[in-house]
Amino acid sequence: MKTKLFLLATSATAFFAIHSASAVAQATIKIGEINSYKAQPAFLEPYKKGWELAQDEINAAGGVNGRKLETIFRDDNATPGDAVRVAEELVSREKVALLSGTFLSNVGLAVGDFAKQRKVLFIASEPLTDKLTWANGNDYTFRLRANTAMQTAMLVPEAAKLNKKRWGIVYPNYEYGQSAANWFKKYLLSQATGGVEFVEQAAPLGRIDAGSVVQAMLDAKVDAIFNVTFGADLQKFVREGNTRGLFNNRPVVSLLSGEPEYLDTLKDETPNGWIVTGYPWTEINTPEHKAFRDAYQKKFNDYPRLGSVVGYATVKSIAAMLKKSGSTDVAKMQAAMKNLEVMSPFGKIVWRAQDNQSTMGAYVGKLAKKDGKGVMVDWRYVDGKSVQPTDDEVKRLRVGAKK
Amino acid sequence: MSKALEVSGLKKSFGGVAAVRGIDFHADAGEAVALIGSNGAGKTTCFNLINGQLTPDGGRVSLFGLDITGRSPELLFRSGVARTFQITATFASMSVRENVQMALMSRHREVAGFFSLATSRHTVAANELLADVGLSEQASRPCAALAYGDLKRLELAVALANEPRLLLMDEPTAGMSPEERNALMRLALRVCRERKLALLFTEHDMDVVFTHADRIIVMNRGRLIAQGSPSEVRANEEVRAVYLGSLHV
Amino acid sequence: MTAFFVQTLNGLASASSLFLVAVGLSLIFGVTRIVNFAHGSFYMLGVYIAYTCATSLSGALGFWGGVLAAGLAVAVIGVLVEMLVLRRIYSSPELLQLIATFALVLIIKDAALAIWGPEDLLGPRAPGFTGAVEIFGRAFPTYDLLLIALGVAMLLVLTALMKKTRFGLLLRAATEDREMTDALGVNQKLLFTAVFALGSFLAGIGGALQLPREPATLAMDLGIIADVFVVVVIGGLGSLHGAFVAAIIISLVKAYCIGLGSQTLFGVEFEFSKLTLVAEFIVMALVLVFKPNGLFGKPIIHSQTSAAVELPLGKPSNIQLGALLAGILLLAAMPAVFDEYTSVLATDVLIFALFAASLGLIIGTAGLGSFGHAAYFGLGAYGAALATQAGFGFLSSLFLGAALALAAAMVFGWFCVRLSGTYMAMLTLAFAQIVWSIVFQWDAVTGGSNGLVGIWPPEALSDRDYFYWTTLTVCGVGVLVCWWVVYTPFGYALRAARDSTVKALAIGLSVKRLQWAGFALAGGLAGVAGAVYVFSKGSISPEVSAIPRSVDALVMVLLGGINTLLGPVVGAAVFTYLQDTLARSTDYWRAVLGAVILLLVMLFPRGIVGSIKQFAQRRRAA
Repeated sequence: MKTKLFLLATSATAFFAIHSASAVAQATIKIGEINSYKAQPAFLEPYKKGWELAQDEINAAGGVNGRKLETIFRDDNATPGDAVRVAEELVSREKVALLSGTFLSNVGLAVGDFAKQRKVLFIASEPLTDKLTWANGNDYTFRLRANTAMQTAMLVPEAAKLNKKRWGIVYPNYEYGQSAANWFKKYLLSQATGGVEFVEQAAPLGRIDAGSVVQAMLDAKVDAIFNVTFGADLQKFVREGNTRGLFNNRPVVSLLSGEPEYLDTLKDETPNGWIVTGYPWTEINTPEHKAFRDAYQKKFNDYPRLGSVVGYATVKSIAAMLKKSGSTDVAKMQAAMKNLEVMSPFGKIVWRAQDNQSTMGAYVGKLAKKDGKGVMVDWRYVDGKSVQPTDDEVKRLRVGAKK
Repeated sequence: MSKALEVSGLKKSFGGVAAVRGIDFHADAGEAVALIGSNGAGKTTCFNLINGQLTPDGGRVSLFGLDITGRSPELLFRSGVARTFQITATFASMSVRENVQMALMSRHREVAGFFSLATSRHTVAANELLADVGLSEQASRPCAALAYGDLKRLELAVALANEPRLLLMDEPTAGMSPEERNALMRLALRVCRERKLALLFTEHDMDVVFTHADRIIVMNRGRLIAQGSPSEVRANEEVRAVYLGSLHV
Repeated sequence: MTAFFVQTLNGLASASSLFLVAVGLSLIFGVTRIVNFAHGSFYMLGVYIAYTCATSLSGALGFWGGVLAAGLAVAVIGVLVEMLVLRRIYSSPELLQLIATFALVLIIKDAALAIWGPEDLLGPRAPGFTGAVEIFGRAFPTYDLLLIALGVAMLLVLTALMKKTRFGLLLRAATEDREMTDALGVNQKLLFTAVFALGSFLAGIGGALQLPREPATLAMDLGIIADVFVVVVIGGLGSLHGAFVAAIIISLVKAYCIGLGSQTLFGVEFEFSKLTLVAEFIVMALVLVFKPNGLFGKPIIHSQTSAAVELPLGKPSNIQLGALLAGILLLAAMPAVFDEYTSVLATDVLIFALFAASLGLIIGTAGLGSFGHAAYFGLGAYGAALATQAGFGFLSSLFLGAALALAAAMVFGWFCVRLSGTYMAMLTLAFAQIVWSIVFQWDAVTGGSNGLVGIWPPEALSDRDYFYWTTLTVCGVGVLVCWWVVYTPFGYALRAARDSTVKALAIGLSVKRLQWAGFALAGGLAGVAGAVYVFSKGSISPEVSAIPRSVDALVMVLLGGINTLLGPVVGAAVFTYLQDTLARSTDYWRAVLGAVILLLVMLFPRGIVGSIKQFAQRRRAA
């Protein structure tokens, strides 16, 4: 009986192997896109739309070097182990030219390390962890979005200008939150004129006890707040803070809260005057953004989120890189990525040679309520280039990075 | 020579209610002793004090002079005490023989064994025990497939695997037909004589008790009210009074 | 002091909704003995339905009507689930019912995604309770005061229901003694359906009442279910007042941890707010160690899982040995026939086969529940990863990983085997969560939530096929050990203790010590699987020891067939293959996976291998 079952199992596997191998088409350049579509749909559904928009545009214009782009989307089940297995499948069975995607930092790091091990190119679009391009960086892994340190650095000058002494920090209790809190403390200490001190609250991701946290901040008599929470935690924190008067006369500096993914859910709870990083999509009227926004709205009858921009810019970067390399040879693609210039909806970005990090920036502004919805006002674009550490510092940070 | 089982001053109360109020009795090697009493007389408590299910508040239980008071079931087994249950307890996922082998492996302290097949351990001894209780033909059958009477005999074989010096049987014939009862008790008595072990059993069927017991101990309200041979007990006035003439034997 | 008082009020407000959800689960468990994983999904549906009502009908009617509507709608869903799914599997092993409810979690989550979309939905504030009142100089939300009052009111209503009505009497009777209810001539089917309706109603209300406090999100279901399990277990399974007290304890402990913030203890700065990640599990572990049946619980009499179908093992027959050899040869030859990715997938299957087989030892052979087996998988993985980073070679790292898992299983197992049934399972869960949170937070050593990367096998083995053969050797030996153990005197003693504990004690077996050894052995073997896993992926992060991984292992064992040797291995293969295939072929793969599991559970309650065996037996008998 055991033999029978083994036979059954193996023949089933064989069937599948043949089934999917037949789909190989020579004319296209295949991209293997791995993401936590199921676990993070709020960000990744717009991301996928942005992706498809860019790919369609490129293919409609004849593709890259005469070959069309084809993307194979795979769900990583929000776990690094599954992501690596999926990556194996994309590389060995689907024969993709390169890998891209990932949302969660641990998944991004795992796939990045896999890329190094299997010598494939990996364009990480979204994971924010500093380690991806610094401590754990490698020659095969490139990242589009501004990392945690950069995002924090965009806000610190604004925080320093507030001239507040006692800062409360609220952050989700995992690497992103801890890292943001640490950068904030480090940067603010170096930029603040008077002395500063910090009170911290680490909340379990997605399960903040907002009432208690707000209360603790009030009891600690903080003068200002740095918020790192996002998503459901942010909504709970904002509502409790509004009810309990935490934000009266107490300025708040907040990471990512101006991104439509998080801001739009706040609706009439949107707190006034928060200094945030984000994406004021209605108001950016540069030609490149306008073109992107119009095309997106036309195609999907929906407005773009930040995820849409990230997905779009990732594909555009890949296409530009392929055009430059003229080949899907890994070494040539690696070389092409170095100092690659790409036009993104946020303007021109450069893929830095020293740490494989793009210079895509973010918008810093203030939150305001308009017609019962949250918007960003007084915003300005902060180029990623301006918030990156010095080359020497980068070299030092990348000391752990392996070839 | 010291008595096989000697119980003296045994006491137990539950939340202030005395269930057993100081009991003394004994059982000799090769002797079958029945412990009887009406419901609530304390015989089950008394029995459980001896078999290690309960710890006594006072008194002493000794086996051939060795103090075994309050020992756990596990240690009692090591001291040479074996028991059977009112509701048969066997290892349902094993064969009849494996049930006996399990007890033999435990007796020989082999249960931590990683390097042998359990079914190959003590096969001969297990077969002998099964032959002794008349289960040879059933040896390889799943234990779960046995008839009730056969399960009882299997329990006996498992108990005997320990070469016990004291065998405790709790309501051994409960749920059996009259013929089966007598057959089982004859079997129990035979092994008791052959192996020179002391047999203490509780039983509510007075036919069984007066037919098979060498000596009978009668409890009422936590006290021992009579003990002696079946004829002596039958003649005892107090016993008659307590049982309200129900002893039509 | 005022800060302390206000934090107490915060805790009490959080406790209310937790109590409602928990008491629903507790009542359902008390009567049906089902550990309903989908209870968290009912709660989530409550929030979503209330959101829809409150936003489509504005004002007080929309909100308060929505709360009631959410309760009723979820009650209807609960009844449907009970009648269509659970009723068919009441006679199956308890763990199988658990897996069925887990499948429902997957289905409900995807259904919610399809209906309400991916974005978080922040509901309106409760009409009439939008503001705050001043208490000790602090603005305190009026809605939170209302919640505190509602919690107490619901406790009183439920107490009256339990004490004063016939339905309550039946519920209590069924909780304490199932056979007694049979004797009372109660229509058990109706009672089960009714308690599901009541429990689901409470979950729906509990969810709906949270609407002004938190947005509806797709992560709420598993977010709350762990809390609810903890509350139910601390209070004592089936205990109404226990759930109330435990909900308050848990909520207060969390509120105080947040209130304490950073404190300096013995010269070391300690961040108490970080404890909120795990505080409830620490409390649960402590309670269970000292009160094995929770604070107000009574020992549960578990219905015997049908061990009788299991035939005596005997000796492995020549046919079986031949099949085994052939199987090994086939597996070894696989890379020659199939593509590289098949080797990758098969490597995963082999690792999970060992993981599942080791869990099979605990829940099958030893008959003990474990919801936290991933702890040992994870510790094996981290142990191996850390050893590699410290410069140890591949084999030494595997060994050290397994040793770490074994050591942990010995420590945790010592406490776990002292409990029984669901309580034991919950203690294993608590330990697993504690392990997870340590791994998650100990940045300097474990890399925190990011984990550790760059843990690859030596160059010579890094080829996919070579690594597959390595895995086949290591995990194959591991699985063979799991199988072999069952045939040894030790395995027999474990089964003896499972079949009849009193009898096992009476024949001199040290039941607890045997179970402890079995638990430790299984933990060590899971550690081996984890250690190989880390090398197959090159990285490791905390989710390897999280609850879903433990549940995966349970699904594998039960899908394949508990109490069969081949079951966990087949279960691992089927599960891994399904997950891999479904994730590739459909957007709603989670729901499809849930549906497939549900179908398998209902069609093959003995698991795949168990059912094949039963079929073969029947044919032989006929």
